[in-house]
Amino acid sequence: MQKNERKKKEPQKQANLFTNYTIITNQYNMKGNPIWEVFIRSKNGLEHRHVGSLHAEDAKMAMENARDVYTRRQEGVSIWVVESKHITASNPSENGEMFDPAKDKAYRHPTFYDLPDELEHI
Amino acid sequence: MEKIVDQEAAFQARIDAGEKIEPKDWMPEKYRKTHIRQISQHAHSEIVGMLPEGNWITRTPTLRRKVGLLAKVQDEAGHGLYLYSAAETLGISRDELFHQLHIGKAKYSSIFNYPTMTWADIGAIGWLVDGAAIINQVMLTRTSFGPYARAMVRICKEESFHQRQGYEIMLTLCEGTPEQKAMAQDALNRWWWPSLMMFGPRDAESPNTEQSVKWKIKRKTNDELRQQFIDITIPQAEILGITVPDPDLKWNEERQHYDFGEIDWDEFWQVVKGNGPCNKERLQARNDAWNNGAWVRNAARAHAEKRAEKERTAEAS
Ligand SMILES: [Fe+2]
Ligand SMILES: [Fe+2]
Repeated sequence: MQKNERKKKEPQKQANLFTNYTIITNQYNMKGNPIWEVFIRSKNGLEHRHVGSLHAEDAKMAMENARDVYTRRQEGVSIWVVESKHITASNPSENGEMFDPAKDKAYRHPTFYDLPDELEHI
Repeated sequence: MEKIVDQEAAFQARIDAGEKIEPKDWMPEKYRKTHIRQISQHAHSEIVGMLPEGNWITRTPTLRRKVGLLAKVQDEAGHGLYLYSAAETLGISRDELFHQLHIGKAKYSSIFNYPTMTWADIGAIGWLVDGAAIINQVMLTRTSFGPYARAMVRICKEESFHQRQGYEIMLTLCEGTPEQKAMAQDALNRWWWPSLMMFGPRDAESPNTEQSVKWKIKRKTNDELRQQFIDITIPQAEILGITVPDPDLKWNEERQHYDFGEIDWDEFWQVVKGNGPCNKERLQARNDAWNNGAWVRNAARAHAEKRAEKERTAEAS
């Protein structure tokens, strides 16, 4: 058996800033487990709405956590969880080119069209 | 350089116009840092705040009290989770946030460094500590950073039950035997001043307040919030028939507010610096929970990997 195979990884100890006990720092996984976005339908007939996020190792655990964290008071009848990395978001710095083109298109709105006041049901 | 100045002016204009800032928007580095600090301190407070109350879950006088307290402490865990999520939108990881708490670098509300010695303390915490937190949090529902404000809305919806369960505990004790009422009075005596300290240093000694108000992180100053808390709490104490431990407390007809005595700021700074009655105990408890929970995190990962592997082979066949 190779020597370094047997060598047990010693926990790295780091002195606490103001107490004299030590904490075990190599138990931190700084990249952590995946983040999931949680969407809840509060009742049938309404859309799912984003309510927040949480950490979980996989979808099933994300669903269980979402139930515990976001629906402790019957806030929903349906939950979606989506791993955050799968969401493509628009970039706010490109909001101009993204959304401004709709600005000068008043003709897409009903009030653009001039009709007589006495006209009804239209 | 000029570009940054322009961006900052544009940013301030958005805030002044009442717009919310969302995580991917451009923001001054200091706005980001201030929020990471403030939201994570808030999250840590929710989590550490479970400890003093958790101390009494196994010793509640009735089952009714037990389910109430258990639900409250569970809510506080939820509040911590909402807030950690909000902090993470600013580009810091959950584990990094925990790490800062565990090594004593990050702060949390000093109120949780006081011990819960009697059952009445649980009543006093719900009534006063959650009461003070509500005042702060209601203000924060209108804070400029979107994810923080949304977390606050959710939290505020849940908080009012916390305060009511605390007040009901106090009410029951105050309507009980003389010994029970004395216990309620004793809890008020010990929790009153630390509760007032929850709003932070006086405005004159609070250098961050001005910038926070400008960025609409805070919409009221520490002193304004403290006064608001005192004004609504004194009549509540009168209904209980107990009195706050402040000989200088007096209604000021002209100001239409209560005048109150000097807060012991020495004590405040001592507790902030780590010398409160329970600072070491609280930090130890959080470290123990983290270290002893390592196997659970590892097991969850192993389980997820196993499940993924199973799905892969099922798909392949
Ligand atoms: Fe809370
Ligand atoms: Fe609470």
